[in-house]
Amino acid sequence: MLDKLNELERKALQQIKEIEQISELNDLRVKLLGRKGEITQLLRGLKDLSPEQRAEVGRVANEVKEHVENMLQQRNEELQKRALDERLKAETIDVTLPGIPLMRGSKHPLTQIREEIQNIFIGMGFTVAEGPEVELDYYNFEALNVPKDHPARDMQDSFYIDEDVLLRTHTSPVQVRTMEAMAPKLPVKIIVPGKVYRKDDDATHSPMFQQIEGLLVDTNITFAHLKAVLMSFAHSIFGEQVKVRYRPSFFPFTEPSAEMDISCVICGGDGCRVCSYTGWLEILGAGMVHPRVLQYGGYDPEKVSGFAFGMGIERIAMLKYGVNDLRLFFDNDQRFLKQF
Amino acid sequence: MRVPTSWLKKYINYTWSAEEVAEALTMAGIAVEGIDDVEGDQVLELDLTPNRGDCLGIINVAREVAALTGEQLTLPEIKIQENSEDVSSYIQVEIQDPDLCRRYAARVVKNVKIAPSPAWMQEALIRSGIRPINNVVDVTNYVMLETNQPLHAFDYHLLSEGKRIVVRRAYSGEKFTTLDDVERVLEENMLLITDGEKPVALAGVMGGQNTEINDNTTTVLLESANFDPVNTRRTSQKLALRSESSMRFEKGVDINGAIFAINRAAQLIQELAGGEVVSGICDVCPRPQSPPTIKLRPQRVNEILGTQLTADEVIGYLKRLSFTVEPGADQDSVHVTVPTYRPDLQIEVDLIEEVARLHGYNAIPSQLPQVASAGGLTSYQQFQAHIRDIMAANLREVINYSFINRDMFDRIMLPPEDYRRNAVVIANPLSEEQGVMRTLLMPGLLTSISRNLARRNQNPAFFEMGAVFIPGEGKLPNEVLKLGAAVSGRSDISWKMPPFELDFYYLKGLVEDLFRQIGVKNGRFEAAVAPGFHPGRTAVIKCGEEEVGIIGEVHPQVLDNFEIKDRVVLTELEVEKLYKHAVPRAMTESIGRFPAVERDLAVLLPLDTAAAEAIGVIRTAGEPLLRDVVIFDLFTGGQLPQDVKSLAFRLTFRSDEGTLTDSQVKEAIDNIVKELEQKLGAKLR
Repeated sequence: MLDKLNELERKALQQIKEIEQISELNDLRVKLLGRKGEITQLLRGLKDLSPEQRAEVGRVANEVKEHVENMLQQRNEELQKRALDERLKAETIDVTLPGIPLMRGSKHPLTQIREEIQNIFIGMGFTVAEGPEVELDYYNFEALNVPKDHPARDMQDSFYIDEDVLLRTHTSPVQVRTMEAMAPKLPVKIIVPGKVYRKDDDATHSPMFQQIEGLLVDTNITFAHLKAVLMSFAHSIFGEQVKVRYRPSFFPFTEPSAEMDISCVICGGDGCRVCSYTGWLEILGAGMVHPRVLQYGGYDPEKVSGFAFGMGIERIAMLKYGVNDLRLFFDNDQRFLKQF
Repeated sequence: MRVPTSWLKKYINYTWSAEEVAEALTMAGIAVEGIDDVEGDQVLELDLTPNRGDCLGIINVAREVAALTGEQLTLPEIKIQENSEDVSSYIQVEIQDPDLCRRYAARVVKNVKIAPSPAWMQEALIRSGIRPINNVVDVTNYVMLETNQPLHAFDYHLLSEGKRIVVRRAYSGEKFTTLDDVERVLEENMLLITDGEKPVALAGVMGGQNTEINDNTTTVLLESANFDPVNTRRTSQKLALRSESSMRFEKGVDINGAIFAINRAAQLIQELAGGEVVSGICDVCPRPQSPPTIKLRPQRVNEILGTQLTADEVIGYLKRLSFTVEPGADQDSVHVTVPTYRPDLQIEVDLIEEVARLHGYNAIPSQLPQVASAGGLTSYQQFQAHIRDIMAANLREVINYSFINRDMFDRIMLPPEDYRRNAVVIANPLSEEQGVMRTLLMPGLLTSISRNLARRNQNPAFFEMGAVFIPGEGKLPNEVLKLGAAVSGRSDISWKMPPFELDFYYLKGLVEDLFRQIGVKNGRFEAAVAPGFHPGRTAVIKCGEEEVGIIGEVHPQVLDNFEIKDRVVLTELEVEKLYKHAVPRAMTESIGRFPAVERDLAVLLPLDTAAAEAIGVIRTAGEPLLRDVVIFDLFTGGQLPQDVKSLAFRLTFRSDEGTLTDSQVKEAIDNIVKELEQKLGAKLR
């Protein structure tokens, strides 16, 4: 009987090895271990044996049963894993096929740059102020220390609506509007983004463009503060490697006035076409707020001081994005817009 | 302004290279744009700011170079041999309008021989950008370039017998032919130089043809005058006549430089044209001006600049500019006397800039301000940024000019009485294309679509956010911030799914999604007819009872006017109104512990029943268990009668009290069907 058991075990293990389908494996389990299975059948002969033999055969039979059981289990796992592997293999897709084109929009590059500039100054504690695009001559010029017939008006050829109303030529009118609204509270710490208009239309001028203005008025504000804030801005937007320099300039609403240059972002300062081989790029105008402008705003220039700056957003965008033609910004060609 | 360094060196002997001078001047605020090499002579090309008109005279540029290099300035020595005659026997000057002519000095040089000027002078003029004419005219131009004082030379014998110069305002309509052969019609605020009978020069702008120096000229009357900047500017603008002279007077010419210049010119004419200088100057100066004195507190310099300069350092910089510095009324201030060739310096802070630029802007320290303030956007600004973010997910942002051609109102078929035709008009536009301020975004959006389609850019889908300008009561128009969008064509092709039309329902979906994201919960769409839009495919968008915008397919005639062949759907919304209706984010509905039940319901409805109406009936009838209604199918035609459509709704029921039973759901649906039948004549499919 022991021989038979051994024979049965050998055959069973052989059969298990040969099974390729999980369903067949289940059938085999029934055939071997089920109530009518071969081992059960065999063990029915136990009652004819002596108690000693019975104990011995019983022990062996249990071992055989356990072994067969384990082998069935093991084979089952093997087959399960193989089936899963096969399924996964069959389900392989081409991951290089493009995804579904759902979102096809983008913000205008000028909006993206404007938001980037805004966020830099917001991080430095500035709030955002706005003002009308159709503006009184008073705010656009007079209150900025540019009386009628001042030659400085030539710097900004204007679109007029009537004698007193024009399309603002810069965002600076919002300086005085904001000071008027806030005086005598301190500090006045604003940036002013917005569209401005000048009577110019060629490869480097657009009759409409965008500026960002900045103004900080408080007690004891100095030119040194202006330099640090603008340097910090230049480094944030163009990178820490950028060098900065300031040159004296003239704006009627600031004194002293300055222009800020950065080392050319194209050639790194070696000189190229973009920087006219000077190594420097002019990116903004700035200065200490003129005492008369502070007075127009309702502040006493003996008690407070301030700095102001202004820059063209298009200029920054052209440098940062490598755009070589200003007019592309207002042409609204999809082939241009989709690159940003 | 072109400054040959060979010329500059006549007044100052410096050792720097042209490049070094250019760099130093630029960093001191006299921008040198470039250096032009003319036969070995380095010509500095100055790009002057309007406050530094003085540097239109090379001597004044030399003063700057002297201040920067520390070298000594040498002015030309003037030696004139005057004859025994008195100028008063030749000429009398009368200034009738001293408000416009602050000084008029005249000299007479006789027995001149008109000829070309010598090569050195011709070269100097050419390198500075002025064409040589003859020795006398060249001298006036040369001295102007040298001193910034415009001069004029008349042929003395062509003046009338009266032998006088009368400076007066022109008569309205008075005619005068200038040197350039153009007859000018004058206005009464233009200033004339006359000989008592006829005009001989347009003051400060251009001389007259009638008294021009010519080959036969033997006696020259030299004019060295000072005219009002504003008036000169107005005259030259009105006549569209800018000259080297007007350009200088506009910016202000030194009233105390007139005599030096006229003597210098007389000297050179004597040298180059062999003239005999009549003794004396007829100098009428009704409004003399002495150099102003400005109080400066050296400590104030540091307060404005953030520097630590000593009083001696501050004074040292001012002295380098040849300003006179004297002790002030108190310990803390000094008195600075500023030469009249620097009219840009008027108040203390102007002097502070002088100190700053000589000290060097880049030598001023850099220090972040310690101003405590919280930066950020206002709630409304954040709202606008949010809208842009949402729209930019699906549409490309465009920026159109704020001005449009007035004919756009015809092209978008606005009726004659439409208020949007009343636009802000630009008095001096570059062209009619940019003649009026936009009152709506539609023209710009359609132009962008049209341009892209013309360039074969498929499926344009744009949005724009910007102001439109509506004239109101005040001097300034109302600037209304609008959000517009326009789409055409279909979605991008894909191997994965068929493209869908960018039609009314696509754009409406974007608007609905926008509303959901910005918290506008009371938005609805009502069929409407509006100018420029397809009468059967347009809706006004309302929040509550307030109209906040419009959406629709653009009228085919309008599309034709923009040469657009495809359909276009367009919307315009008022951002501020949306902001008013937006409610803050908040959790308004419990998640619910009990499961929801979904049921589909298909009904036949009369063809003209609005879907919104059916949904309204269903919502009301389904209360309180109905939580959501979605239309998932619309079917017309086929086996259905022509006047009927089939709508299929997916209804979601849920209760907070417990799991819904079949009978509860059935009861709710029965009620919905009953109401649909009674109110809308629906039939269950």
